[in-house]
Amino acid sequence: MFYGVNLKSRLMLGTAQYPSPAILAEAIAASGTEVITVSLRREGTGGTAFRDLIRASGCRILPNTAGCHTAKEAITTAHMAREVFGTNWIKLEVIGHADTLQPDPFALVEAARVLCADGFDVFPYTTEDLIVGEKLLEAGCQVLMPWGAPIGSGQGLRNAAGLETMRAHFNGVPLVVDAGIGAPSQAARAMEMGFDAVLLNTAVAKAVDPVGMARAFGNAVEAGQMAYSAGLMPPRDMASASTPIFGMAELA
Amino acid sequence: MQVELNGKPFETDAATLADLIDAEGFEAPCVATAVDGIFVPRATRASVSLTEGLRIEVLSPMQGG
Repeated sequence: MFYGVNLKSRLMLGTAQYPSPAILAEAIAASGTEVITVSLRREGTGGTAFRDLIRASGCRILPNTAGCHTAKEAITTAHMAREVFGTNWIKLEVIGHADTLQPDPFALVEAARVLCADGFDVFPYTTEDLIVGEKLLEAGCQVLMPWGAPIGSGQGLRNAAGLETMRAHFNGVPLVVDAGIGAPSQAARAMEMGFDAVLLNTAVAKAVDPVGMARAFGNAVEAGQMAYSAGLMPPRDMASASTPIFGMAELA
Repeated sequence: MQVELNGKPFETDAATLADLIDAEGFEAPCVATAVDGIFVPRATRASVSLTEGLRIEVLSPMQGG
């Protein structure tokens, strides 16, 4: 449950960097996603068409505060997004460094506290740091979104052990791996680890065939989720024959 | 008077933020506004008087990740 909302598809999809609006629309449909992320920018060309496209997608909108470097900027952007998109949902990004696009955890917690108190449903883009996660929950967040790897890098789950620890630590808290996913196998792995959803953009938008890749990610996320529900076997150090020895013929 | 509109110097006679939005052909219900870094809700745009040097942002939905 994400702020009281049940999602069937656990893939959240970004809408930037697609070759064309038509391909974006097709990719959204092919992925099966129910949540798309959008931003607010100074009006350029194609504004009206984009508004129509996101409405036609039928998806729930998760506006972001991408590009904000201070709590104040992010808070103002969140308020502007709430009015334009008519939703309390906000993907809270407060970027700490321009090269790594790593979140600034201090400003993030500060902005989250203000926004949660103001009735926003905050989806904070954070790291796998447990203490930052605790502070975000104290601030009122009911979802955490740790990064897999730096935004747009496609490196996958760079600190898989840290993410596993986070999953175990925040039992019952919806966790979304956001950013850095480059391949469907990485998304499936996050889901197999028990994450509740995966948010990605570049891996689909920059694929040779974004629509085909959107479908691949949709299936991978579903497979990973099913695998987690079904319960993975524990790994073993030694081989263990799967075919029974009993009843084997003596042919030597 | 001169204000800054979306990062560029802009000459205007508009008395209020609401007037500026109308005069410049922005679709008033589809944009969000901020003045000097502070959010201005749609309903209060008409009560924000424009003065020299204000930094005005008018933002629209765009692609994002």
